[in-house]
Amino acid sequence: MEKLKMLFGLAVNEAKLTSQRTRLKNQNGFHLCRLSREVYTFVSPSRMSGSLLNMFSKGTKRKFSDGDEELSDESLVGARVASSYSLQRQSLLDMSLIKLQLCHMLVEPNLCRSVLIANTVRQIQEEMTHDGSWHMVTEAFCGTGQSPSERLVATEVLCRSREQDAEPKLFSVISYEGCREEEVVADETLCSVSVSETVSNVCLAGRIGQCWEKSELSDVERDEEALEDSRLGSGEDEEIDTEDGASTEGPKTIGQVFGTFEIKNGSPGPDSALEELFSDVDTSYYDLDTMLTGMQSAPKMGPYDLLDSLAPSHSSPSIVSPPNCRSDLNELDHIMEIIVGS
Amino acid sequence: MVSGAGGGGNDVQWCFSQVKGAIDDDVAEADIISTVEFNHSGELLATGDKGGRVVIFQQETENKSQPQCRSEYNVYSTFQSHEPEFDYLKSLEIEEKINKIRWLPQKNAAQFLLSTNDKTIKLWKISERDKRPEGYNLKEEDGRYRDATTITTLRVPVFRPMDLMVEASPRRVFANAHTYHINSISVNSDNETYLSADDLRINLWHLEITDRSFNIVDIKPANMEELTEVITAAEFHPHQCNTFVYSSSKGTIRLCDMRASALCDKHSKLFEEPEDPSNRSFFSEIISSISDVKFSHNGRYMMTRDYLSVKIWDLNMENRPVHEYLRSKLCSLYENDCIFDKFECCWNGNDSVVMTGSYNNFFRMLDRTQRRDVTLEASRESCKPRQVLKPRRVCAGGKRKKDEISVDSLDFNKKILHTAWHPQENIIAVATTNNLYIFQEKVN
Repeated sequence: MEKLKMLFGLAVNEAKLTSQRTRLKNQNGFHLCRLSREVYTFVSPSRMSGSLLNMFSKGTKRKFSDGDEELSDESLVGARVASSYSLQRQSLLDMSLIKLQLCHMLVEPNLCRSVLIANTVRQIQEEMTHDGSWHMVTEAFCGTGQSPSERLVATEVLCRSREQDAEPKLFSVISYEGCREEEVVADETLCSVSVSETVSNVCLAGRIGQCWEKSELSDVERDEEALEDSRLGSGEDEEIDTEDGASTEGPKTIGQVFGTFEIKNGSPGPDSALEELFSDVDTSYYDLDTMLTGMQSAPKMGPYDLLDSLAPSHSSPSIVSPPNCRSDLNELDHIMEIIVGS
Repeated sequence: MVSGAGGGGNDVQWCFSQVKGAIDDDVAEADIISTVEFNHSGELLATGDKGGRVVIFQQETENKSQPQCRSEYNVYSTFQSHEPEFDYLKSLEIEEKINKIRWLPQKNAAQFLLSTNDKTIKLWKISERDKRPEGYNLKEEDGRYRDATTITTLRVPVFRPMDLMVEASPRRVFANAHTYHINSISVNSDNETYLSADDLRINLWHLEITDRSFNIVDIKPANMEELTEVITAAEFHPHQCNTFVYSSSKGTIRLCDMRASALCDKHSKLFEEPEDPSNRSFFSEIISSISDVKFSHNGRYMMTRDYLSVKIWDLNMENRPVHEYLRSKLCSLYENDCIFDKFECCWNGNDSVVMTGSYNNFFRMLDRTQRRDVTLEASRESCKPRQVLKPRRVCAGGKRKKDEISVDSLDFNKKILHTAWHPQENIIAVATTNNLYIFQEKVN
């Protein structure tokens, strides 16, 4: 129970990170994102330059180097700088992915922020692909033992996107069209779900897509209904009667109900928690890894695993130890489902 | 006593006038100020907060016997503009936070303002009542009906003075037109229409008509997968009723002419600054995202605020850095999300000075004519009446001089996002998280 409480606190904190800006302070007075505390360190203020290399290199040396090596060789310096650059680029990528994931845990993410972060991720990926380091990242997923069919689907998608894009848009890694909520069918217990497999797009932001997808749904709904009743209804009111506007949107499908339920449920826990919940289902497109690489699914890897494997050179894990976290958060999610469901 | 709104950041010495809001350090979330706006005469100052309330302050009429004492702003009206709603379709709560307030030009005795949250815009009428009818024949003074058989005489009801009562009543509700979050509203110079902008669309409304609006800009891609840019702010030209601008998250501004076509997807003019290659980083796009756009009062210039600078545009573009010392901190600011803060900016009455907020409760005034600027602070320490504000300096690195503050000591939780300048006088309203500071020009 203690662990649960602590993890609940952690989960709540994660959700609050973006909404409330209450942060931990380090001794310099900077506010840190707790999850990324180990991943990133600060640049000393004496460097004013805006170039990425300068921005990162000084801090990196402080953290990641052993500190006792003498730099006698020019090439050694160059190599170290280059590797620390890629290290920091990696940590920026990790940070961005965390933000994106947190993003879709919130009730309604800020679209502008999501787009900006997603564009940043795309930029990093493009650069990484350019210098070949992206390939190494994706290889990290190879040995995770997924089913051949999943891999096939994934590579097919990858190939498709490669052919089509002349410019380096490469993987439609960031997809804003997520899983359609209509196709999710809830059974009686609302605890196991059969999800349509045909839906999956290559989604980094399968979850982001869901958030943006929500808007799509209401868009369609609204175009039809709003034109008739609700607008005229609200038009006739000279008084405030805003509740009416929201509730005249029309009958909900089971999918929508479940969709809404799922979203509500989604706030505290990460993807892996839900994944455990629906473990009898192929939810590979929910996985952060699938979303990230767009080409392979590693079904049982949670987002924290991903981050660890992405940055193998990190001396300390960026987040709490995954297995404990995940199982307790699963429990938490399950409990929350029950609470919210009743 | 009007100074003619002359003078800029450095000719004028600013001194403390008033502070509104709770003093204690524990900030209630609902009290966080989310918008500040003077009306067209400057007599009224409206603030909106995260709790959906609007508070209007009124400037007292000048005290003739003490011309050096500038009149104060006192609470005139408070009302709950928006309530939290629940969107059943998406199963999402719609925040009641007031995103923007815009005043309508005054046409009669009453005042009108538009206030908006993420989804719904409301037109409010604020009217005064200082007289009431007395002497009804059929009713008692307390409203009870008199027994008709007891009435033996007739009298004409007369108006008698009463204590001033300010009433705010909602006159129009403009709802259900935005799928995404409304970030801007702007009243047209024709005084009949206004625009509302969300992340992907801009709609044109008629103030009298609530059941429909015209979509004039739509940047939503057919395939949401291709979304890379959103609308961040929009404003009508102050004099040309057919012209408006909107800014984007990629740092571009588009000027549109509604006469050209019904759907203004093709801009008449695109404003964009080519990127400085030496400053290029992964954060370049994020920091180029424009958080506010404002036309000058005379309509000849346009000002935009991005993360690190204020830009003033006409045929040439004038780039004024706001807090360049943050450039080396961008990664940390990305980490703690401060890089997504949306700062607003404003012009003074004669368009010679612009003002914008920063961190650590600092705000900046940039004088255009003299090309000088000053950093001031809204803090509890300088709260004595008519205490002159001292310019502040931030040390970017190296040796910190006396009176300077190092970048690392800045409090990034104390940010000034919303500022407003009286349209005619040198009176400014600066909102910290939950306090409203009013500063005025020092008059000897």
